Amino acid sequence: MNEDLYQVLGVSRDATQEEIRKAYRKRAKELHPDLHPGDKDAERQFQELSAAYAILGDPEKRARYDRGEIDATGAERPQYRFYRQYADADQAGRYTSTAGFGDFEDISDLFSELFGRRSAAGGRAGIRIRGQDRRYQLEIDFLDAVNGAQRRLTLPDGATLDVTIPAGVEDGTVLRLKGKGSPGFNGGPPGDALIEISVRPHPVFRRKGNDIEIDLPLTLYEAVLGAKVEVPTISGRVSLTVPKGSTTGKVLRLRGKGVKPARGSAGDQHVMIKVALPETIDPELEAFMKQWGEKHPYDPRKELRRASS
Amino acid sequence: MKLTEEQVVEAVGTISLKQLRVWVSRGWIVPAQGEDGPVFDEMDVARTRLLCQLRQDMNVNEDAVPVVLSLLDQIYGLRREMRAMMEAICEQPEHVQLRIRDVYLARTERKFGTE
Repeated sequence: MNEDLYQVLGVSRDATQEEIRKAYRKRAKELHPDLHPGDKDAERQFQELSAAYAILGDPEKRARYDRGEIDATGAERPQYRFYRQYADADQAGRYTSTAGFGDFEDISDLFSELFGRRSAAGGRAGIRIRGQDRRYQLEIDFLDAVNGAQRRLTLPDGATLDVTIPAGVEDGTVLRLKGKGSPGFNGGPPGDALIEISVRPHPVFRRKGNDIEIDLPLTLYEAVLGAKVEVPTISGRVSLTVPKGSTTGKVLRLRGKGVKPARGSAGDQHVMIKVALPETIDPELEAFMKQWGEKHPYDPRKELRRASS
Repeated sequence: MKLTEEQVVEAVGTISLKQLRVWVSRGWIVPAQGEDGPVFDEMDVARTRLLCQLRQDMNVNEDAVPVVLSLLDQIYGLRREMRAMMEAICEQPEHVQLRIRDVYLARTERKFGTE
């Protein structure tokens, strides 16, 4: 960070606000990193310039800076990521156009064809151009994602788009509907509709790949004596036999009760035992535990002690 | 990251809802379409911020914005193709790479007269 903000902007210390504004605009046009993709220096310089202007461009802050009340970094704006970082990383090329290669066929038919194929729009007369892809975003319930569903998207122009959500779809999946995007130009094929799925979390079920996880609270006596309990699964309730002595952290497996994807085999449901004490500890329980503990002490913290010694 | 129009206005800080809608209607920003209106991601936000800087800080006038955007989108498109081409070249055997490099140097020197 340059110490002298006036130097960064290239103005004298007695410059008017108007002169500072003009100097900033001139430098910003030269340096804006999105206008210089790949130039690392431009990004650093532009940030210095913005930081300098954030102070000198504001008469009040400038006066405080002149009086030495704030230093050169005094009002640096929070860092944000520049557009070019997204544009360079974006493989789908949502905004980019490669129409600039359209006249390369005199060099190589082989390669000009490759370059031109992703042209977004425009182009010369008589050339068939594929229509643009259209992007949609669809938020669905956990169980719809797991079991599959039919949804209808209503578009701003009133048209509708029917979407079949395949069973087992994961958060962030992009479904491609061929030919449902913008129409092509000059008889070119239409683009595709790209539907990004986001899945709402479920209060009870958690997903780990094709397996489903669920917490199962047990009473103290169920945990000790074993029990038959009802457990929800993504395809309805099932009866589960909890063996005697099932402590917190024990995992019971319901085979094949996980996600059944369109392709591949079904996952399992993992039932994680959680022992729950009664809400209030009555005198009877207290007396019993006291008596029982004295007779049958045990040490569940052996591991912890070994770890710290 | 999924943002509504209001959240984009909040994140960018220097744009009004009305302005954002105008830019979207002109196709300068192309958010995804959700069930309850447009849905923006981080790239859309960064592009909106760039547009604000072009219009407000650099005083680029309204009519010039599509020209600037079109050129920028072409530059990023060409950069992507060039990177893919270089990656394809880098996967070739070394003698092929060196050959391409020599021919490239010879051509660019002839065209631009650099030493």
